[in-house]
Amino acid sequence: MKSKRIILDHTQLELTIKRLCYQLIETHNDFSESVIIGLQPRGILMAKRIHTALQKITGNENIPLGSLDTTFFRDDFRRRETPIIANKTQIDFIIEDKKVILIDDVLYTGRTIRAGLDAMLAYGRPDLVELLVLVDRRYSRHLPIEPNYVGTTIDSVSSERVEAKWEETDGVNEIILIENKK
Amino acid sequence: MEKLSTQHLLGIKQLTKADIELIFSTADNFKEVINRPIKKVPSLRDITIANLFFENSTRTKLSFELAEKRLSADIINFSAAASSVTKGETLIDTVNNILAMKVDMVVIRHPNPGAHIFLSKHIDATIVNAGDGAHEHPTQALLDAFSMREQLSDLAGKKVVIVGDILHSRVALSNIFCLQKLGAKVMVCGPPTLLPKHIKSLGVEVSYKLDEALEWCDVAMMLRIQLERQGGDEKTDVKFFPSLREYHKLYGLTMDRLNRLKNIPLILHPGPINRGVEISSEVADSQHSIILNQVENGVAIRMAVLYLLASSNHKTS
Repeated sequence: MKSKRIILDHTQLELTIKRLCYQLIETHNDFSESVIIGLQPRGILMAKRIHTALQKITGNENIPLGSLDTTFFRDDFRRRETPIIANKTQIDFIIEDKKVILIDDVLYTGRTIRAGLDAMLAYGRPDLVELLVLVDRRYSRHLPIEPNYVGTTIDSVSSERVEAKWEETDGVNEIILIENKK
Repeated sequence: MEKLSTQHLLGIKQLTKADIELIFSTADNFKEVINRPIKKVPSLRDITIANLFFENSTRTKLSFELAEKRLSADIINFSAAASSVTKGETLIDTVNNILAMKVDMVVIRHPNPGAHIFLSKHIDATIVNAGDGAHEHPTQALLDAFSMREQLSDLAGKKVVIVGDILHSRVALSNIFCLQKLGAKVMVCGPPTLLPKHIKSLGVEVSYKLDEALEWCDVAMMLRIQLERQGGDEKTDVKFFPSLREYHKLYGLTMDRLNRLKNIPLILHPGPINRGVEISSEVADSQHSIILNQVENGVAIRMAVLYLLASSNHKTS
C-alpha cells in the first residue's frame, strides 16, 4: 500500500520559488557573471521555473540556462541490473570563471550532485559553484554535500520517496512524499 | 528500463530493432560528449579492454581505441603480425593468455568468419566483433545507419543501394541486416561476379546497372574493391572483372553520372577509398558525400556499444 502526503501545494510552491529567486538576487545582483545549470532529468524543470521567475523579477532576459546530464559520471554504473539511459546535455555558454548555480529538485544521498560537479568540469573551471534544491531530505547524505539555497527541508526514511510534480510533465504543480507501507 | 538483449556484439543478425534504437539514442548523447571541450567521461574506468587485431585495420582500430579512451577504459593492443601467433599459438591460447591478465572485454577482428562466435563460447569476457572475414562488421553497419538517420531522420521506407564488391564485403552483409531491421529497402548492385549467388534470399533487390540503381535510391553506399581478397599474386591483380579501368567505367561513381540524375542521393563509403576506382575524387569530396561524418559517428557508436555492453554485464560481487 502507498500513502501520499503533500509537502508543498501549488500556492506554497509558487511562494517558495519566488523566495528562492530573491535569495539568489541577494548574492548574484544582476547575474552578469552567473549562469544557471539544471540537472537532468528532473532538476531542469525546477531550473526553468527559477529562470522564468528571475527574468520576470529582474527584467534581465540574458541569464544563461543550461541542462546537464550526469549519467556517464555516476558511481553506480555496473551496479544496477539495467543501464541508466542518458539525457541531453546542452550548455551553450562558457562557465570558465563564472558563478554557477546548480539546480536539482530533490537532494537525497548527494551522489547525483557529486556526479554533476564532475560532469560540469568538462565545460571549464567555474569561479564558484552553488547548489539550489527544492527539497532537502535531511540526515540521508552519503557524501559531504550541502545546499546553499533550500526550498523546504523534510525528515524522511529510506522507504519513502519524494516526487516533484510539474504542470508540463505531470499536469499539476506539487511536491509529494510517498510512503510504501507494508 | 531498457537494456540490450545480448551480452556480446557478435553481429547485427543477433540484434533486435529495439537494441539498434537504444544504441542510436545512446550514441546521440556520446556525440555531444565528444564535441565538448573535455571529451572524456569516467564510465568505464574500472574496465580493461583488449583490442585483438588479427587482420590489418586503420580506422576501425583507431576508432575503437579512441572510443575506449573517451570512456576512460584501460586498453591493451595486440596485432597478429607482431605476436606469438606467428610462432604457431592457437587463437584460444592467445586469448586465454590475454584474459589471464584480467581483461573484461575483447574487441576482435579476425580473417576467419565466426572466430568471435567461437571465442564467445569458450571464454568469459564480453566480445565485440570488429569484423570477421567476409561475414559481419556490426559497428560499421551501425555507424552507417546512424549517419543516414542523421541526414534523413527516419530510415523506414528509404531506399539504399550498396554498390560494388558485395562478395567479399562484411560491411555489405551487416548493412543489409541493419537497414532491413530499420525498415529500409535494400538493393545491391555490381558485376555478377562480385554478387553472391543466393543474395536474393536475403530479401534484397539486385541490379547490374549502376545508373538504374542510382535512379531508384535515396542513399548510395559505395564499397571498396577488395584487391587483397581477389587472390592474385600482385596487389593490382584482378580476377573478378577484366580491369580496374573497366570497373570504373561501369560501376564507378562520377560527377557526370550524378549530374544526370533527377535527385542526387546521399553518398557513403566505409573507407578506405580507392579514388578513381569505385568513386571519383570529385564525388568523394563533394557536398553529397558524408564520408567524414561517418568517421566521426564511428567513435560515438562504438562508445555507445561499449557502454551498453559493459553496463548489462554488471558486477555481481
